[in-house]
Amino acid sequence: MPESQVSMQVNGKAVEALVEPRTLLIHFLREQLNLTGSHIGCDTSHCGACTIDLDGKSVKSCTLFAVQANGADIRTIEGMVNADGTLHPLQEGFRETHGLQCGFCTPGMIMRAYRLLQENKSPTEDEIRFGIAGNLCRCTGYQNIVKAIQYAAAKINGVPFQEAAE
Amino acid sequence: MNDQTATSAQRAEALQGMGCKRKRVEDIRFVQGKGNYVDDLRLPGMLYGDFTRSPHGHARIKKIDITKAAAVPGVVAVLTAETLKTVNLAWMPTLAGDVQMVLADGKVLFQNQEVAFVIAEERYVAADAADLVEVEYEALPVNVDPLKAMAQDAPVIREDIKDKTEGAHGKRKHYNHVFNWQAGDKAATDLAFANAEVTIKEFIVYPRVHPCPLETCQCVASFDKIKGELMLWGTFQAPHVIRTVAALISKIPEHKIHVIAPDIGGGFGNKVGAYSGYICAIVASIVTGHPVKWTEDRIENLSTTAFARDFHMEMEIACTKDGKVTALRCYTIADHGAFDACANASKWPAGLFSIITGSYDFPTAHVSVDGVYTNKAPGGVAYRCSFRVTEAAYCIERAMDIMAQKLGMDPAEFRMKNLIRREQFPYTSAMGWQYDSGDYHTAMTKAMESVNYKKLREEQKARQAAFKRGETRELMGIGVAFFTEIVGAGPSRNCDILGIAMFDSAEIRIHPTGTGICRLGTKSQGQGHETTYAQIIATELGLAADNIAVEEGNTDTAPYGLGTYGSRSTPVSGAATAMACRKIKAKAQMIAAYMLEVHDDDLDWDVDRFRVKGNPERFKTMTELAWAAYHEVPPGMEPGLEAVNYYDPPNFTFPFGAYICVVDVDVDTGMTKIRRFYALDDCGTRINPMIIEGQVHGGLTEAFGIAMGQEIHYDTEGNVTTASFMDYFLPTAVETPKWETDWTTTPSPHHPIGAKGVGESPNVGGVPCFSNAVNDAFKFLGSTHIQMPHDHWRTWAAADKLGLHQ
Repeated sequence: MPESQVSMQVNGKAVEALVEPRTLLIHFLREQLNLTGSHIGCDTSHCGACTIDLDGKSVKSCTLFAVQANGADIRTIEGMVNADGTLHPLQEGFRETHGLQCGFCTPGMIMRAYRLLQENKSPTEDEIRFGIAGNLCRCTGYQNIVKAIQYAAAKINGVPFQEAAE
Repeated sequence: MNDQTATSAQRAEALQGMGCKRKRVEDIRFVQGKGNYVDDLRLPGMLYGDFTRSPHGHARIKKIDITKAAAVPGVVAVLTAETLKTVNLAWMPTLAGDVQMVLADGKVLFQNQEVAFVIAEERYVAADAADLVEVEYEALPVNVDPLKAMAQDAPVIREDIKDKTEGAHGKRKHYNHVFNWQAGDKAATDLAFANAEVTIKEFIVYPRVHPCPLETCQCVASFDKIKGELMLWGTFQAPHVIRTVAALISKIPEHKIHVIAPDIGGGFGNKVGAYSGYICAIVASIVTGHPVKWTEDRIENLSTTAFARDFHMEMEIACTKDGKVTALRCYTIADHGAFDACANASKWPAGLFSIITGSYDFPTAHVSVDGVYTNKAPGGVAYRCSFRVTEAAYCIERAMDIMAQKLGMDPAEFRMKNLIRREQFPYTSAMGWQYDSGDYHTAMTKAMESVNYKKLREEQKARQAAFKRGETRELMGIGVAFFTEIVGAGPSRNCDILGIAMFDSAEIRIHPTGTGICRLGTKSQGQGHETTYAQIIATELGLAADNIAVEEGNTDTAPYGLGTYGSRSTPVSGAATAMACRKIKAKAQMIAAYMLEVHDDDLDWDVDRFRVKGNPERFKTMTELAWAAYHEVPPGMEPGLEAVNYYDPPNFTFPFGAYICVVDVDVDTGMTKIRRFYALDDCGTRINPMIIEGQVHGGLTEAFGIAMGQEIHYDTEGNVTTASFMDYFLPTAVETPKWETDWTTTPSPHHPIGAKGVGESPNVGGVPCFSNAVNDAFKFLGSTHIQMPHDHWRTWAAADKLGLHQ
């Protein structure tokens, strides 16, 4: 099949590659760029395990072709860690509050939460739950994921994290 | 903190042993996207396999033409049953004593059954070519209804065994019959029912559901022709069992098969069995000489690999007028699909279903289960439960509510009256199980007080009155469930898989500098084993948990084990870990005695060191003893500090819990809102409360999905209509309720550290609690039982049937 040239920024680095027009962005990221942190959990854009940040929006990379990302600025879970190697507040929050178990949904969940906190610096619990409704988790029951995002929001905003009373 | 001056308590805290909320060591890689899942693996020259699947629920195969598929550039090979027959692999044995087609041989028995396996250089090419395999089918009559499976004119599902009158579990009474299995005392039970003052009888269905981990099943097989060795990476909850099965099926000697289960993205029972994809990938690698990857997509996952439940239970309870239970009788039809591929202990075709007397003191009971074949996918796995325990718990907990209703008693009060009393433990149930320990009344009382149960009932009464006056269209339901699980399979006298006793194992090696590694026969799929096993070792050996590596999933390095499912990791491998530690500690004690020039018995253990009795200033820490084990052991003693333990548990463990749920139901829309869910779990000794709470949250969420919306549904033509996330309900953060968790602690008396297992309790207890809550809302209108799932439509329909929309 004829291939198309694409170029994009991925985690701050310029990438150029040849792809089949039908190559899904998730397969391009995972198999051509070896960025295997983003996962595939369904075929129908429901699970969100493949969520990445593209030009300032959360997108499900299983639902875009790689050619549609031509010229885009992409961030994946591999680009979340701070320059000095320390964890991003969201990554720290997920660990601190036990916001993950098997870890399969976690990269997509963190990338969605990253964009959510860009859109809304101090979301309420309901706003968080609504904001991550496109990302499924089978292990945690979401309660600690909500907490992880609250933890990160507090840390980013420079205020102490207070667990909501149960 | 100075090691010399720290108190015992300070030193104990620094170890991060049992009881502390240790942060998970796994998370460091997972939050950075650096987990290592099967689909992340790419090997040089790796090929991709994809299936051609049956569009029919039941059809004869007239012809398979692979010409077009094989001609696609990039296609390397196409396997069919005919190819597999040349290596005697068209069929494979199941864990349940049946056989199963690897690729359709002569006919297809369920929709999406594997018909051909296409191997290509690229993922997309394999998928393209799979669509080009041309199969000529002749449709056959379909039966997807287990209650009609043994009718006289039912379609013959399994032609290969239709004349066989003996199955793996005894006599077969019909060509679609798999087995009949019974437990308890039929004569005594029938007599008790004949003399009963009050009885109830209800047909209770636990629909077919799916474990549905977020990562599907997948594998990479790589056969080295020169060495005659097979590498097999896969999503395996039980890697050693897969190795043994692969050896038995492929005839490759077991020592030449290397199975690796890397990080697994959730399992819940889905990843216990052996599937066609694994066999085809292995054969494809042997045939092509290349590594072959097989990755299931979501539709394939939901429609072909390992469903759960599908139990159709006719349940009866007998009782005195004043509310004392006297007998239980249950007849069940179990839909096993087209092949009996249940993942049970081999002797137990209906698993541990005879735990159905639950937490109550039934003097006598009897169950009978008939397994049947239908045109549905095979499976019957223990989805987040010990084998068939969740079906049993659902059935008894619904039935207890129905009996309470008939007696005019409060369901909690009725339970309190019949719960096994603390002084009765160890308690032998009417089915012969010996419940090791329990304190049910304390748990139930704590639960009722925590939610202010009395006040909730008063509010409900007021709401019902308001509803009758027409002031509200909302009903309030209060669900109560008290469950007892039977987990930790299991004792070798009860349990084996393919003849292998269901022990499990731990091998611990302490290095000279006082760090160490523990390898086990279990396999975490998110449970956090790398964190919690190290906590057991920390407490047992006095070495910091951070200094202990935990490794699972590599069959070359790990001792043999039966894997992780049925909440067996802590009860079995957790026990093995503690026992291996004790061997190491005993040796360390001898070394300490030698170094301190005292008798072994003159030493006391203090957190992380042995002290000389009466002279506590003289001691040797475990770290010092580790060093000594490699350079100054007593004369005649072997150097080194390591131990292995294969633990055959003397009994199962019996975790229990009391759950209470409050639901509001809009009778006009059928919408339900879980207002409150309180879960009290008693899992014995608690190793890591943070992880326990996480497990409870997750199990309750899966229970919520099952009770309130899930069903793997087939239409009468055999089409599976709920095989994607478009149709199969997985709760999102929006629907999922908030969970309140609580606990009591009743240690298991026979387990080395008193732990019982918890991962599955919330799923076992949660489902009946939700269902009881919805049923409770309608009960005052005369309704006795509404079948699950309680989605909006069914709830609306239930309201409609009660005349609430007139």
